[in-house]
Amino acid sequence: MTTKFTSDHEWINIEDHEAAVVGITLHAQDALGDVVFVELPTVGRTLKKGEVAGVVESVKAAADIYMPVTGEVVEVNEALRAEPALANSDPMGNGWFFKVHVSDMAEFDQLMDPPAYDALLKTL
Amino acid sequence: MNTTTAPLSKTPLHALHEELGARMVEFAGYSMPVSYPTGILAEHRHCRASAALFDVSHMGQLRLTGDDAARALESQVPVDVCGLDVGKQRYGYFTNSNGGIADDLMIARRDGDWLLVVNAACKAADTARLQTSIGHRCTVQPLPELALLALQGPKSPAALARLHPGVLSLTFMTGGWFELAGERCWVTRSGYTGEDGFEVSVPAEAAEALARALLAQPEVRPAGLGARDTLRLEAGLCLHGHDIDATTTPVEAGLAWAIQRVRRPGGAREGGYPGADVIARQLANGVTNKRVGLVGLERAPVREGTPLLDAHGRKLGHVTSGTLGPTFDKPVAMAYLAANHAVASHEVYAEQRGRRWPMRVAPLPFVAHRYHRL
Repeated sequence: MTTKFTSDHEWINIEDHEAAVVGITLHAQDALGDVVFVELPTVGRTLKKGEVAGVVESVKAAADIYMPVTGEVVEVNEALRAEPALANSDPMGNGWFFKVHVSDMAEFDQLMDPPAYDALLKTL
Repeated sequence: MNTTTAPLSKTPLHALHEELGARMVEFAGYSMPVSYPTGILAEHRHCRASAALFDVSHMGQLRLTGDDAARALESQVPVDVCGLDVGKQRYGYFTNSNGGIADDLMIARRDGDWLLVVNAACKAADTARLQTSIGHRCTVQPLPELALLALQGPKSPAALARLHPGVLSLTFMTGGWFELAGERCWVTRSGYTGEDGFEVSVPAEAAEALARALLAQPEVRPAGLGARDTLRLEAGLCLHGHDIDATTTPVEAGLAWAIQRVRRPGGAREGGYPGADVIARQLANGVTNKRVGLVGLERAPVREGTPLLDAHGRKLGHVTSGTLGPTFDKPVAMAYLAANHAVASHEVYAEQRGRRWPMRVAPLPFVAHRYHRL
């Protein structure tokens, strides 16, 4: 299982734990509506799990993007910055937000696997 | 989150909204469509390019009758009501004793009565105010049996004319009775998007048939409250409870144009409404804070409540509405600023998330009105 989910409706793919990819879920982009602006973290910064790493803004509202795990931000998605609508059209792919060098794999292990996240969505 | 326990009110189009796949939200005690599956941006653009159908049945409609109705209403609004011709509509507002705007409304004179359209969140208070303050001078009749549909956009005349060609005779801020979908409806050429269009007051039981007849026109698609908000903001139109409220006066809000000469100091029917002394003083001496339009110089939308600072970090005011203007394609906002900073092209800084985003004072509207005037 290389992709896990948070209760803030973010996903993290750990295929490369030195550059794990973080984005928002299909549910998150649907709830936000048309994304028109994103603020991405600074590459090289180390942020703790739960810290605000960025912001996603739709025409209606702004939402914080949280660090799903502690780690150093190693890359941000400049294509998303230029074309925020990628977060709507391809949230699990080209609409990724940033990549993080995971400090502690145990934090990743504690996140929700796909069945657990699906179960959470059913409660909403 | 909905913290009230009372069930939400539904408009006569509720089932249609659900059938169309709308995302429903709570608004002023009603379950209302914020958007349909195409989303706010597409709905906004469709309204500017073609025609969009909005359900605004949550708004309050009130009927005044009686020989003294116009004079009585003038005791509650600073508008020239008596001078309004049959078939004409005017924008106005109820004031409080501080000169603040208790609510804003549309006032239409029909043959034999007056129709008021007020905001959903204020309609109970407005009704109570009218019944208490002028109920002894005229009949104040709430009209919950009526729905209200807004058809907005440059192609709305062509679409509505297929239901009744007579509507093409209307010009901006005029109205008349037309049979639509088999019912006698009060139609005005007005709206709140900055576009040409119509508002149709229709008996609740006929509202769904009329909405379906309109949605069957090739130009028309449904639009929700989300698009209504971005459209009115680009058009520089105030939303009560945000850009104007009981603490802001018409002079501060830049809405003194709605006070006709006859109601101003020296006019034949000057004053006589709550807060007239405050407003007269402000008309003569000016105000210390003014509503302005702001354009963001970066891409970040700036939201309601955001403080506005000068280059030295001193607070100058705050944002009352803000988004990324879908047609204007830049962040747009309305705000109150200290009057000496409320000057075109003046640069201010919106403090949001610990950063200062530069914005420039800009003339309103952001997107030019395209009303059908004579």
